[in-house]
Amino acid sequence: MRKSLWIHVAFQLGALVAALLLTTLILVAVGAPPLGAYASILRGAFGSSSNLENLLISWSPLLLTSAGVLITFSAGLWNIGVEGQMVLGAIFATGMLRSLQDTGFPPALIIALGILAGAVGGALWAGVAGALKTFGGVNEIFGGLGLNFVSTALTIYLVFGPWKRPGTGSMSGTQPFDRTLWLPSLPDMQLSPWSLALSILAILCVFLLLRGTHFGLRLKAVGKNSKAAFLMGVPTWQYSLFAFLLCGAFAGLAGAIQVTGVYHRLLPNISNGYGFLGLLVAMLVNYQAIWAAPVAFFFASLNTGSVQLQLLYQLDSSFSGVLQSFLVLLVLLGEGARQRFLKLQWKPRWMRTPS
Amino acid sequence: MDANALLTGLAGVLAAAAPVLFAVVGETITERAGIINLSMNGTILLSAVGSFAVAYESNSLLLGILAGMLIGALVALIVAFSSITLKQSQVAVGFVLALACRDLSYFLGVPYMNLPGPRLPGWAIPGLRDVPIIGQLLFRQDLITYASYALIFLAWLWIFRTRPGLILRGIGERPAAAFVRGANINRLRYLYTVLGGAIIGIAGPAFSLNIKAGWMGTQSGLDGIGWIALAITIFGGWNPLRAALGAYLFALLQWLGLVLQSRLPGIPSQVLQVAPFPLMILTLLLVNLGNAEWVERTLASLPENVRRTIARLLRSLRASPPASLGVPFEQE
Repeated sequence: MRKSLWIHVAFQLGALVAALLLTTLILVAVGAPPLGAYASILRGAFGSSSNLENLLISWSPLLLTSAGVLITFSAGLWNIGVEGQMVLGAIFATGMLRSLQDTGFPPALIIALGILAGAVGGALWAGVAGALKTFGGVNEIFGGLGLNFVSTALTIYLVFGPWKRPGTGSMSGTQPFDRTLWLPSLPDMQLSPWSLALSILAILCVFLLLRGTHFGLRLKAVGKNSKAAFLMGVPTWQYSLFAFLLCGAFAGLAGAIQVTGVYHRLLPNISNGYGFLGLLVAMLVNYQAIWAAPVAFFFASLNTGSVQLQLLYQLDSSFSGVLQSFLVLLVLLGEGARQRFLKLQWKPRWMRTPS
Repeated sequence: MDANALLTGLAGVLAAAAPVLFAVVGETITERAGIINLSMNGTILLSAVGSFAVAYESNSLLLGILAGMLIGALVALIVAFSSITLKQSQVAVGFVLALACRDLSYFLGVPYMNLPGPRLPGWAIPGLRDVPIIGQLLFRQDLITYASYALIFLAWLWIFRTRPGLILRGIGERPAAAFVRGANINRLRYLYTVLGGAIIGIAGPAFSLNIKAGWMGTQSGLDGIGWIALAITIFGGWNPLRAALGAYLFALLQWLGLVLQSRLPGIPSQVLQVAPFPLMILTLLLVNLGNAEWVERTLASLPENVRRTIARLLRSLRASPPASLGVPFEQE
């Protein structure tokens, strides 16, 4: 047991080194100084207090989407629709704030209702994907992808149509909300302690849910072997659907905090890839929720840091995405190599092939 | 709209469907062998920028297209290696590759952004081009579009009318049975995954060297095509002919969106552009509904004549994937 753990850690570190080697080769190929590039990413993430603040701001939504997909992964579901669920959360939150902003309700209540509406919106959208899967036999990957595109179109329609800012609608989004409706932030900062607390709470809840509850155990049973779970008396389709709803609610929360805490309006690209990135985080930590926090932190630091690449070396900030996905790919390949050549059976549950 | 403009528009639809067609036929061949190549969305972007870069530097369209095929084949090789040799989840590897290739194409594509580059010339086929209506519709296109017509029929013939095609279907349906008959399952799966990947790789140059010549980064409007092509593969029921129908329907809907756009200025173009997606979900629902258990139960309670009509309708729409799709082959 001990030995296999060390081999596991060695393979993860080996994958990280290999991913860095590959991205270094790519940097050399495009003629950028690799060390300078990595240093600029580090500076961009940790170099100043405002950089660090940006890092924490992007950590929150990523934690929330990771928390969500950890649940669906546990249930053996590939919820690619998480991106659209985050968008619907943003739409619902915006809708709630818009309809209540002139009512004279206390701002704190309006914000709270907006965030709640976001969770509901995300859950509803996930419910569509879940219902398509459980009742229609539509694979969640394709249902989810289709719904992602629809949610983007819906945002664009709202931004340019019914919710357009006075004058003409533009890609810069809807009219920003009044300052009183912003999620309170720390003095002289944009970082909201509320969204940070909410996302940390979310990942803790998921950790406890999967680790210490009867529900979590049965959910994992459904993910591992749905037929056996059903024979043991677990209501399997209800569990799958519930996993969708829960994941959607977390993704919706992510969308809602982007609206109330970061942008203070609805933007066409509000989900910003956090859903897909959450899937990568969950794959990397092999659904051990406790590791999702540091991995999401690492990913968020790459995202915020790589903005510097653009400023300093005119390199595209998609570099962070290249590094992140190479890392996950190499972990997968390393895992496969280990199983094949070291004959150690240790297969994460979400890796089972879909039927 | 007069008849001439309509014909020109429809001819444009046939050309616009070409990249999706290559992607769909490539994926159909791959999945027939029992492997899902989920990386398609990234592969197409990477082969689009790669083939444009090669064609731009070498000034050779042929080299550009070959580069696109090579990229598609290499990505497919990673999918094949990880799923056949390392027995990892095809969905996981494919999804990560889709993201990796997409980001890589945006990262590497920066020096080639918005450059005027080579573009495939149109070539009307002498003789055929003058056939009324058909000539204008089909035969005043370019080589990649002609190749896309040919590919549909070649793939169909190969899969359903040849002996190797029979074995191909066998390794996707019942690999154990095909193995007993002497087929080398894993070698064939490698072969067809890489071949399918090379065909998917033509979708890139079909964009960047033809219908949307050049590279515009995230503004290229290609992101998403690969996911649609995956859905059309299912809609196509793993049959190149039906898949081609799906690809043409999709291109037709996008074109109708553009036409409607000029009539309905109030609706942003991006909204009409996604009209195919709800329809895609709906068709996937219809295609899969026949497989759902509760549908059968509900049908059983209906009057006989109604039941038979609905059941027939569902059966005609229904498509079942190759039985061993996504399942690694273990030699006992």
